[in-house]
Amino acid sequence: MTQAPPVYETYARRFRELEAGRSEPDWLRELRREALGRFLDLGFPTARRGNEPWKYTDVGPVARTVFGPPPARPPLPLERLRRTLPWRPTWRRAVFVGGRYRPELSHLPAAGEEVTVLPLSRVLSQGDDLLERHLARYATYQDDAFAALNTAFFSDGALVVVPDGAEPERPLHLVFVSPESEGPYVHYPRVLVVLGRQSRLRLVESYLGLGDGPYLTSAVREFYLGEGAALEHYHLLLEGEAAYHVGQARFYQERDTSLRSVFFGRGCAIGRNDVRVDLDGPGSEAYLHGLYVTTGRQHLDNYINIDHIKPHCTSRLFYRGVLDGQSHAIFGGTVYVRPGAQKTDAEQEDKNLLLSREAEVDSKPALEIYADDVKCGHGAAAGAVAEEALFYMLSRGIGPVLAQTLLIKGFASSVLDEVRLPALRTQLDRLLVDSLPRLRTEE
Amino acid sequence: MAGNEREPVLVLRGLRAGIGGVEILRGVDLTVHLGEVHAIMGPNGSGKSTLVNVLAGKPDYEVYAGEVYYRGRDLLSMPPDERAREGVFLAFQYPVELPGVRLREFLRAALDAVREHRGQEKLAVRDFNRLVQEKLREMGMDAEFLKRNVNEGFSGGEKKRHEIMQLLLLDPTLALLDETDSGLDIDALKVVAQGINRFRGPDKAVVLVTHYQRILNYVQPDYVHVLIDGRIVASGGRELAQELEAKGYEWLRQAAEAGRRD
Repeated sequence: MTQAPPVYETYARRFRELEAGRSEPDWLRELRREALGRFLDLGFPTARRGNEPWKYTDVGPVARTVFGPPPARPPLPLERLRRTLPWRPTWRRAVFVGGRYRPELSHLPAAGEEVTVLPLSRVLSQGDDLLERHLARYATYQDDAFAALNTAFFSDGALVVVPDGAEPERPLHLVFVSPESEGPYVHYPRVLVVLGRQSRLRLVESYLGLGDGPYLTSAVREFYLGEGAALEHYHLLLEGEAAYHVGQARFYQERDTSLRSVFFGRGCAIGRNDVRVDLDGPGSEAYLHGLYVTTGRQHLDNYINIDHIKPHCTSRLFYRGVLDGQSHAIFGGTVYVRPGAQKTDAEQEDKNLLLSREAEVDSKPALEIYADDVKCGHGAAAGAVAEEALFYMLSRGIGPVLAQTLLIKGFASSVLDEVRLPALRTQLDRLLVDSLPRLRTEE
Repeated sequence: MAGNEREPVLVLRGLRAGIGGVEILRGVDLTVHLGEVHAIMGPNGSGKSTLVNVLAGKPDYEVYAGEVYYRGRDLLSMPPDERAREGVFLAFQYPVELPGVRLREFLRAALDAVREHRGQEKLAVRDFNRLVQEKLREMGMDAEFLKRNVNEGFSGGEKKRHEIMQLLLLDPTLALLDETDSGLDIDALKVVAQGINRFRGPDKAVVLVTHYQRILNYVQPDYVHVLIDGRIVASGGRELAQELEAKGYEWLRQAAEAGRRD
């Protein structure tokens, strides 16, 4: 191995310490050992040549940093959480701070609410059938160093189970807070969501950074959609300015399932929004909308793969980016149509609004089609705010900052209009404006 | 009744302007008083649109020489949004589509900005709705338009009626109308003309740029000016428009060229 050995030795040592303190079932112990082995073999994907999935993102800084454990009892500005996140009193909520479940901030569903939410820290030691059946099945780690890293090290997170036919009334919000800290630390959020047959769930996941210092969030989430299930999924990425965030979402869809996902992401030092959808049953649909906003020197890499394994599935991948400063955003990934996935209907499009000349976007939507009776399309675009549109607004007396705000909100609306929770929609409109310093002067 | 007893709302002196270093307006003098409607006519490419766009502050245009005063203030030193809040309104020849921006939100932002500048209270939602719906109705537009994106998917006639609807809603002092009549069928033209006539009054002024005499049958101008090659070559009353309709622009162009040679 050519990577800097001391860092990997640190991970290996830390793993031995953790293992000694854990009392987990054998299958999990084995799984973790295997994952650690894969991580150490693969190393962080730092190669700058022949490394297509990481072509535009250099994780060298992550590989070189020795991360400690998260702070044990960090101060929590509760007001800021409430202000920044869609913090609705009626929603159900599980809050994790620095990777640890915090019951006093959470509001789990009661018995009879048709959904069970368990902190993984309470489940891991005694084991759980669903966990054993699904964990690491969709977020495979054999060829993925970050998935391997998380699988080896995660100690908390959420297990969400919706029984067959259940339709919980209230949205569920999973909140992962990265607290302030003296030195760099790493935390490993892990989520497993199991939707039973014909069940429904509305789920919001938020990742919020509070400090300005560096840390690593390595998050892995697996979603299993049983036959006929429907998931309405929202993902908010709001990490700190100096954060490294590698988030991986894996959706596995049985037949006749429906996934509707909306992503809202701010950039950070290195941000990675890695999504994979396996359409492994006919008659399923996946609608993925995303809005990313980057400013300053932020970096955000959207890497999204949709795999049409079975015929008669529909996918839509519509992302939009608003870039300012010297930030860098990427939209990459591929829609695969496997042999035999006939009658596939797939579209993907990525559009970008560049607010500054130094901002840079690499937009590479791609299709790989191995079936012949399909309907597929893709497109990408990038441009500045239309001067004509801006002048039209100015000529009505609207000030330049508000005019730009309205145009940017208008650009973003094709994504945000997909949000079906009104409280969240309001919050995202605000977060969009708050994420762009140039729009903050006028209120 | 001498016009100059009233306040001159707009004064242009020797205005030279153009785009990318190419001079289009080559010294325009014009005085408009409150209560007046001035029609500016001329062939294509004579500088009519340039004139009103320069007055509204469109950034592509450059001013090379001359002065423009609006109610005694130097108009050219004001940014375009300030001109609008001060009461200068441009009805666009080609109204711009604003993707994703709903008409209601747009009108609200514009009206709030203008009212705040005038020291007026922000309208309550109910009052705003009532006012906007009244103005829409006056221009024969459905309230459903408020939910649509600004100018997106509007027909040519709808775009023009929408411009005049905004004129009535924002209630400026000086209306600059850039070929608001072009591309309209006769029914739409009448609606647009009615809107302009509703706007005009003793404390308003209109500069109406048009290629055709037709709209002047419905909006009676006090003065008609002919702009050719960036200069006003003739000014007169309503009868000048009728003369142009009968004789075309060529005789004026030739007269202007002869005049310059002398």
